[in-house]
Amino acid sequence: MRGFWRRFLTNPRVALSLLWLAFVVVLALGAHVLSPGTPFAIVSKPFSPVLGDFLFGTDSLGRSVAAGLVHGARTSLLISILATLAAVAFGTLVGSIAGFYGGLIDDVLMRVTEFFQTIPSFIFAIVLVAILAPSGVSLVIAIATVSWPPIARIVRGEVLALRNREFVQAAIVAGQSDMAILVGQVLPNALSPLIVTGSLLVANAILIESALSFLGLGAPNLMSWGFQIGAGRAFLRDAWWLVTIPGIAILLTVLSINIAGEGLNDALNPRLRDL
Amino acid sequence: MSAVLRIENLSVALPAWADRRLAVDNVSLEVLRNEILCVVGESGSGKSVMAKAVLGLLPAPHVRVTGGRVFYGDRDLLTLPAADMRGVRGGRIAMIFQEPMTALNPLMTVGRQADEIIEVHTKLTPAQRRKRVIEVFNDVRLPDPERILSSYPHELSGGQRQRVMIAMALVLEPGLVIADEPTTALDVTTQAQILRLLKELQERHGTAIMFITHDFGVVAEIADRVAVMRHGVLVEQGPARDILTRPQDPYTQTLIGAVPSLVPRQAAGRERAHAAAREELLKVDGLEKTFAGRGGAFSFRAPRVRAVAGISLEVWKGSSLALVGESGSGKSTLARCIVGLERADKGAIVLQGHNITGLSRAQLRPYRKVLQMVFQDPFASLNPRWRVGDIIAQGPIVQGVARKTALAEAQELLRLVGLDPKAIDRYPHEFSGGQRQRIGIARALAVRPKLIVADEPVSALDVSVQKQVLDLLDDLRRSFDLSLLFITHDLRVAAHVCEEIVVMKDGQIVERGLTADIFASPQHEYTQALLASVPGRDWRRSDPGSGSREAWANDPYA
Amino acid sequence: MGGFRLLRYLIRRIVQAVPVVLGVVVLNFLLLQLAPGDAATVLAGEAGGAPVEYVEQLRERFGLNKPIAVQLALYVKNILALDLGYSFRNASPVLPLILDRLWATLLLMGTTLVLSVGGGILLGLLAAVWVRTWKDHLISVAAIVAYATPLFWVGLMLILVFSIKLDWLPTSGMEDAAAFYEGWARVADIAKHLVLPAITLSLFYIALYVRLMRATMLEQRGLDYVTTARAKGLSERQITMRHVVRNSLLPVVTIAGVQIGGLLGGSVVVESVFAWPGLGQLAFQALFARDLNLLLGIFFISSCLVVLVNIVIDVIYLMLDPRIRVG
Repeated sequence: MRGFWRRFLTNPRVALSLLWLAFVVVLALGAHVLSPGTPFAIVSKPFSPVLGDFLFGTDSLGRSVAAGLVHGARTSLLISILATLAAVAFGTLVGSIAGFYGGLIDDVLMRVTEFFQTIPSFIFAIVLVAILAPSGVSLVIAIATVSWPPIARIVRGEVLALRNREFVQAAIVAGQSDMAILVGQVLPNALSPLIVTGSLLVANAILIESALSFLGLGAPNLMSWGFQIGAGRAFLRDAWWLVTIPGIAILLTVLSINIAGEGLNDALNPRLRDL
Repeated sequence: MSAVLRIENLSVALPAWADRRLAVDNVSLEVLRNEILCVVGESGSGKSVMAKAVLGLLPAPHVRVTGGRVFYGDRDLLTLPAADMRGVRGGRIAMIFQEPMTALNPLMTVGRQADEIIEVHTKLTPAQRRKRVIEVFNDVRLPDPERILSSYPHELSGGQRQRVMIAMALVLEPGLVIADEPTTALDVTTQAQILRLLKELQERHGTAIMFITHDFGVVAEIADRVAVMRHGVLVEQGPARDILTRPQDPYTQTLIGAVPSLVPRQAAGRERAHAAAREELLKVDGLEKTFAGRGGAFSFRAPRVRAVAGISLEVWKGSSLALVGESGSGKSTLARCIVGLERADKGAIVLQGHNITGLSRAQLRPYRKVLQMVFQDPFASLNPRWRVGDIIAQGPIVQGVARKTALAEAQELLRLVGLDPKAIDRYPHEFSGGQRQRIGIARALAVRPKLIVADEPVSALDVSVQKQVLDLLDDLRRSFDLSLLFITHDLRVAAHVCEEIVVMKDGQIVERGLTADIFASPQHEYTQALLASVPGRDWRRSDPGSGSREAWANDPYA
Repeated sequence: MGGFRLLRYLIRRIVQAVPVVLGVVVLNFLLLQLAPGDAATVLAGEAGGAPVEYVEQLRERFGLNKPIAVQLALYVKNILALDLGYSFRNASPVLPLILDRLWATLLLMGTTLVLSVGGGILLGLLAAVWVRTWKDHLISVAAIVAYATPLFWVGLMLILVFSIKLDWLPTSGMEDAAAFYEGWARVADIAKHLVLPAITLSLFYIALYVRLMRATMLEQRGLDYVTTARAKGLSERQITMRHVVRNSLLPVVTIAGVQIGGLLGGSVVVESVFAWPGLGQLAFQALFARDLNLLLGIFFISSCLVVLVNIVIDVIYLMLDPRIRVG
């Protein structure tokens, strides 16, 4: 375990990413302290420039961009993490049942999973949010609904491989119940790819959330980075910062999660002897 | 005789994280013109690394040559410029690998893969190249070379693929062929054919062969000279006859002593005399299992495979029955059906008079106390995240034994299988392959079963460890009054462990009886072929001076 | 491979696609049930102000007063007859509305597919050949950044730089409607409009394929058949070009198939950024008009499109991999 943390944290790219993520998490947790009140409040004249009265200026209605960023961090993280947790829970359930029982159950569940991978998932998410009416909850549902198939496939693959491993067969021969085998023998060994995929899924969820908010499908009462870009795009010519700055926030956050996720993968699966 | 290849003081370093510094430690040896030199060693002996070093095929930068010289003719291959080295590879020195499936490019026809060598080394026209490839395919006795030419590797059998590899090695008539365990992945009958072919081609073309192997049977079959390696060091070399019959080095002696002789175990007089009164422990009656081959998304129907096609057999109390067959014979599927890992389509499995066919896992639970299993792969058969104590205690706990009692018993079992009882608190990765297999045996014994199904329990182990584990199984059999159903592809192992034998082929039993009887006069032609294919079968029979003394004590052929 | 076997394979793949298409129809039906309010008004385009008679007619045709199973059957029947309803917002039946926009999306998608698969394979190959040099690092870092960038933001940034600041390329649309170009001039005009949207949409996928191609090539280079090739005396270049590349293409082609749906989703965003008159923009407009029926129609048609492209990709895969059994 110590080896894992050393491998994980001493990677400079990973350390930088974690630093940025920690910063975003602090912003998200302390949003109400750092920027009290609603980020939708009009605080100044429209289009005040960057590094003027307000750190990142104000938008077309005179709302502080910086306040929006801070509250947007909370929205983005909350929605993406909740959606990912839901997707991981559901995907793990489907994948482990399919992989463990095999046969017809596996066939049916995998057809369904493939189906959800085939349909254009982003369009599906749009339709879903449009029908459920935009809100934080519908965003979580929509993102989770389009995110679970890869988890299901990975878990199924792991379970399938582990199920044929002899230690699982030994547990069957010892008479352990299916549930005990699945929970005690199989899933712990499938944990590391699950953690890595799950972390990458958060990044993907942030991208989907921001795209939906950009299209105006975000939660109407929640400030978010995608919404800021969507609201600022009409003023691209005159107020470049309205679009540029929230975009950089998304980019850095997603990039950091991806790098940290890869670092996690490298640290969990150190390359064995190259012989 | 002149040397084709001369290795002088070769050392190869391993990367920093390896368990030792040098893979090959100051090795010097020669391969002479027109001879087969066998380099023998167990896993980790450095034999393969040495072979790869000769052709500069080490996985750089982790593994690298740190000293010595390798002369092919008068040129030192280690200092040769890259372009010249490429001329040597394939042209002067060719190599054959262990696993012909992965050693061939799956997306290229084997004809093109053979053609490619000629293309990069000569200026022949495509038509001339094609003629030469067909010629050499004929030479290695590939059936219908014209057709094979445009086949992909997956369309050929394992033996055919290895013939293609040999053909590729010989196509430019190199001075030296390095064969790295070329028959290890093959079935014993195929192995025999390939060995014969190599020997014959070698004699005909006068090529020198450096043959890397772990199997002294193979050595006895084809070697002119032998070099024995251990932990990267060359411990002994000399003419095959001398090494095989009068090994000087103690390591060579133990290695040769560990090879099970082909002398069958005698059924104890008691068993023979009271055959009628024997108690039947397990009865398998007309068992069938067909797999509906799954082809994935790309094919609607895959061929159905009849893995077990009507098998009936009995295991008597206190006896030991070997189930022998090559890959695809259905022996493992049969074993898995018996222990309930696979559901049979037809037939009955009767354990101690109770029909257990088709029982659910929960219904099978009481029978787990009677019937246990030992698995093949010591690395895959122990959950890496569980402590050894919990692994062993798992069975008794399921049967309702208190965890504390079960763990205490686990310590006792560890002692019985020759491990430190303190091992219960350690994890599997801290143990070697042989030790893990002992843990696996302890796990099977934990519920005090009457019958153990052992599926190739020693085939993943080195030969010296193999013998220890087999001896352990033998001891435990006596002290626990166990019966054994022993699945193996290795007739030597079967002869060593079991009084009775069942020979399987294509899901059916072709011959059964006392091991001694079958070995003395096999009736079925497949059994005859199988016995004739055992590498080095004549070696230990005709040289009673070597090997483990006890094995020879009751040798009727000695 | 014989044409007959290919045909058989095609027929089989099309048969396999039927349940997927049916699944989408059923999913649409479920979504319709999920929508707030009366299904008939949703079908008519919720806020579309459809005439009462039409809503009644819809209720009749879709059997909305009948049990749910009958509703489902009628819905499936109507959709499979390609009767996707009428959009009052656009004063047009849904199907021609969609087909009208289809080719713009196909153009964007096709260009992107070629650009991303081609660029991804090429750059990934180069990165693998140059592994652990500064050139590899450059490609890899660019890929990981592009992989993390939101599409719509890239689009806006490209507009900011290339259209607004440099004024090289148009900001939106598919052609200059006022110019009335014809023939090659029109093609050139469309191409000019295509550059930014195609690059925007491609960037993420190029990054994806670069990473995949590089990783696969490095993995393949460690396999036994490469050692064999080396032992045969082939040069590293020959090994890479003849053996490694082709084996590495397979996972890229597989993932390209998986990503088609994502590509269409991405085009919704990109089309709305660049006002590219395709399906995505239509979806964006339907969203704002709350014309759910049109949205569901787009979802259905784009799903069919994905299934179709997937079949094409499977056929390509079939040609690349001799191991796949046909028949």
